[in-house]
Amino acid sequence: MRHSTMYTILFAGAVCVACAILVSTAAVSLGDLQDQNALLDKQKNVLYAAGLAEPEENLNPQQIEERFAKVKAVVVDLETAEEVTGVDPAAYDQQKAKNDPAMSREAPPNAAVIKRLPKYAVIYHVLNDAGEVEMVVLPVEGYGLWSTLLGFLALDADTTTVRGITYYSHKETPGLGGEVDNPGWKALWPGRKVFDENWQPSIEVIKGQARSPEQDPHRVDGLTGATLTSRGVTNMMDFWLGENGFGPYLEKFRQARPVS
Amino acid sequence: MASSARQVLFDPLLEQNPIALQVLGICSALAVTTKMDTALVMCAAVTAVTAMSSFSISLLRNYIPTSIRIIVQLTIIASLVILADQVLKAYVYDISKQLSVFVGLIITNCIVMGRAEGYAMQNGPIMSFLDGIGNGLGYSLILIMTAFLRETIGSGKLLGFVVLPSVNDGGWYFPNGIMVTSAGAFFIIGAFIWVLRTLKPEQREEGE
Repeated sequence: MRHSTMYTILFAGAVCVACAILVSTAAVSLGDLQDQNALLDKQKNVLYAAGLAEPEENLNPQQIEERFAKVKAVVVDLETAEEVTGVDPAAYDQQKAKNDPAMSREAPPNAAVIKRLPKYAVIYHVLNDAGEVEMVVLPVEGYGLWSTLLGFLALDADTTTVRGITYYSHKETPGLGGEVDNPGWKALWPGRKVFDENWQPSIEVIKGQARSPEQDPHRVDGLTGATLTSRGVTNMMDFWLGENGFGPYLEKFRQARPVS
Repeated sequence: MASSARQVLFDPLLEQNPIALQVLGICSALAVTTKMDTALVMCAAVTAVTAMSSFSISLLRNYIPTSIRIIVQLTIIASLVILADQVLKAYVYDISKQLSVFVGLIITNCIVMGRAEGYAMQNGPIMSFLDGIGNGLGYSLILIMTAFLRETIGSGKLLGFVVLPSVNDGGWYFPNGIMVTSAGAFFIIGAFIWVLRTLKPEQREEGE
């Protein structure tokens, strides 16, 4: 069947309009639900890092919200190391900010292969019943073998004792580097110290096995067969705890709250 | 040409399986089958998209100008895939995060396009819809089987539950690492095609 050019153009236009309406209706009507999911997902991972929840629990949204009640999101300016009040942590997306020249800057050369640093970072304070900060949860990221690993590191209020660690996004080899997700490996972290006596980042994922946190506070077992992923974890800890990451902020934090 | 509804619906499972016989849609079959839950969600998405796109393209088949028919088909398929992606993000967020780009890549899944161009353009909407469901199920059959073997052998789990406690978690089972890589999926799908063609010699291709 032959159709005129006019018919073809009109038909194409009509199909486009119909499809556009379908897609935009779906995007708009489901948008709220999706944003909520993304937020819950992030909160869930903060809870995992802080040891306030386990992945096996399969928390429903109400439970996540309940447990998250004692967690406060704080926006930190990475350059001045000050807490910022004018920015809504729920609306601010650190990953998007990295692509916005006005909201980010080039990172100094670093082993964690971080190219751009956002102006602000969102961290989390876990409060105890008295309303004091009990834990600080920091977002960390860096390159492993295949991919950038994104995760959270939970530190005690003394800013050096690890309370927990979790990675929520990575594409490392399953069974090797992918074992960063292994609960057995993550359980090796709590109790170790990320800073040495001079407050320099000192935590290291070594080759082989480390001793207990008391005997070997600055070293963690390496992942078998995943030297590069292990090194990536070390590099990202060095970076994010160092002078370009949260080092200065944690220093201010310590000074403001002397540990008795 | 298959005519009865039953044939249209069930032929793609074994007789005309889109993956095993036509070897279409292999890319996603490799990517999403390391775990059962992602495979199941992917199957549902592909089946829904194939059925809906065949249905709508069949409805329009007498009006689509021949010169732009592929573009029109692609536009409809793309819209349905975005729709599926949005729905997954809204209702099964965790799994949609794991499927990541592969939901979007349903657009390029040859099964969808193949059924639209090869069947829906010549047949009525109801039959096209059934044909879409059937081919979706044929695809699902292979995916679910592959995912079942890959997850149990590769990580000792099924739907996230431990069936073979692995050494890393204090059990006795040494997970077979090759199963979690794409190569594992090739072996399984290859073996399935081999078995199927041994049982049904008419599916064998002519020698060179």
